Amino acid sequence: MYSKEHKKYLKKIRINNFLIKFTQILIVLLFIFIWQFLADNELINTFISSSPKSIINTMISLYKDGTLFHHLWITFYEVLISFLIASIGGILIATILWRFKFLSKVIDPYLTILNSLPKVSLGPIIIIIAGAGTKSIIIMALFISIIITIINVQQAFISTDKNKIRLLQSFKAKPHQIFFKLILPSNYPNLINVCKVNIGLVFIGVIMGEFLVSKAGVGYLIMYGSQVFNLNLVMTGVILLAIMASLMYYLIVLLEKIYLKNIRN
Amino acid sequence: MDILKVKNLKKIYHTKTNEILAVDNFSLNLKQGEFVAIVGPSGCGKSTILSILCGLDKASEGEIKIDKNLKFGYMLQSDNLFDWRNIYKNCLLGLELENNLTKNNIEYVNKLLDTYGLKDFKKAYPNNLSGGMRQRTSLIRTLATKPDILFLDEPFSALDYQTRLAVSDDVYQIIKKEKKSAIMVTHDLSEAISMADRVIVLTNRPSKIKNIYEIKLTNKGTPIQNRKAKEFSYYYDKIWKDIDYHV
Repeated sequence: MYSKEHKKYLKKIRINNFLIKFTQILIVLLFIFIWQFLADNELINTFISSSPKSIINTMISLYKDGTLFHHLWITFYEVLISFLIASIGGILIATILWRFKFLSKVIDPYLTILNSLPKVSLGPIIIIIAGAGTKSIIIMALFISIIITIINVQQAFISTDKNKIRLLQSFKAKPHQIFFKLILPSNYPNLINVCKVNIGLVFIGVIMGEFLVSKAGVGYLIMYGSQVFNLNLVMTGVILLAIMASLMYYLIVLLEKIYLKNIRN
Repeated sequence: MDILKVKNLKKIYHTKTNEILAVDNFSLNLKQGEFVAIVGPSGCGKSTILSILCGLDKASEGEIKIDKNLKFGYMLQSDNLFDWRNIYKNCLLGLELENNLTKNNIEYVNKLLDTYGLKDFKKAYPNNLSGGMRQRTSLIRTLATKPDILFLDEPFSALDYQTRLAVSDDVYQIIKKEKKSAIMVTHDLSEAISMADRVIVLTNRPSKIKNIYEIKLTNKGTPIQNRKAKEFSYYYDKIWKDIDYHV
């Protein structure tokens, strides 16, 4: 059993954690409450700033239309597909570049240029080539996330401890063995970080794509709302995005936790 | 019987701006079961010789004659254990790479772990082990593939002094017990004298052989006992003068 001091110490940690969570929730509630209060007393222009109540009402009416989940699903689907392709494809390409140093050196300046190029400028070209639809949106999101994925993953692969590579070579390991026994497992934490960044980037790409061309999706809702000057709809879209983004982020964090648990068992 | 013959080994490193002669005219014969230490000033190219011998680096000139059937084990300065594998899995790494996870080999690894005090730590992860235990794990990982010659590249220099004495004692006894031949590179003179049958002293870069000492101690035992032998300081003085440290 733990000593009295240790129990005290544990209790202190628990209370501290509780206080942090409590304050976090309090801030959100306070923010919503003040927003609503200001709107009710007409201290702010609700036509521009909307209000929590009207946002909820908009959500309910969207739900009654049967379109709420349709829009959410479209955006989620686009994000998921782009995320999977960007992450898996990026890691694959980085692996090829790690294996073939010559290719990696040849390709390096092109990657750098593509990385610093504002990808929105490619929007019109993508739309003309891929058509005004989901395909264009996914390609847009891919462009934004895959290049930085390749660069980051390759960098992580290259920085793997040289001594450990020598050790494997002293056992006469072949390149694919070095990759699967060392490079990949030693870089799992880095890969998870890359995924975390990717979720954000893919979201940017998808919403940007939906602004440019779309018939459905949360980005479409925001764009449509702003065109008909329905700021309630715009705000609703933003809130929906915030919820979606945080859910996806926590999904990755959950994966990370499962991974960490597995490695320790 | 010489199991390894090196003749007139030469190594030149090329950089864009110049070339560096790292090793020149290095020869060595290793007998079965012999423990040879190579000492020399730091940065003189001692490690280069080892990496050439075990095939990680190419010699610029010279002849290396080894029986094709002999196997090498290479042990580096840091233990290089994989954090995401437990001790047992770390020890099996070499066998996995050789696709040689036979029942006999696994039994052998288990026996090594049991014999050398890691029985209760098979499921532990490297982070939870002391420096000495990690180094022992690293040695077992090397021994698992049953090498005939061990190359030890400053294997103890990452350890603190106390652990170092204890672990060098351990490692020495493991190597002798398993009847392996070994070449060890070190900058620690007392370590070399207390462990080796023969000490090769190298000059500053480019490394050439300055002197070779057959270490003959009365009552030769474990490295720690050897440090108390009366000839110990005699060899120490000799080698110290050979290396000619300028502080």
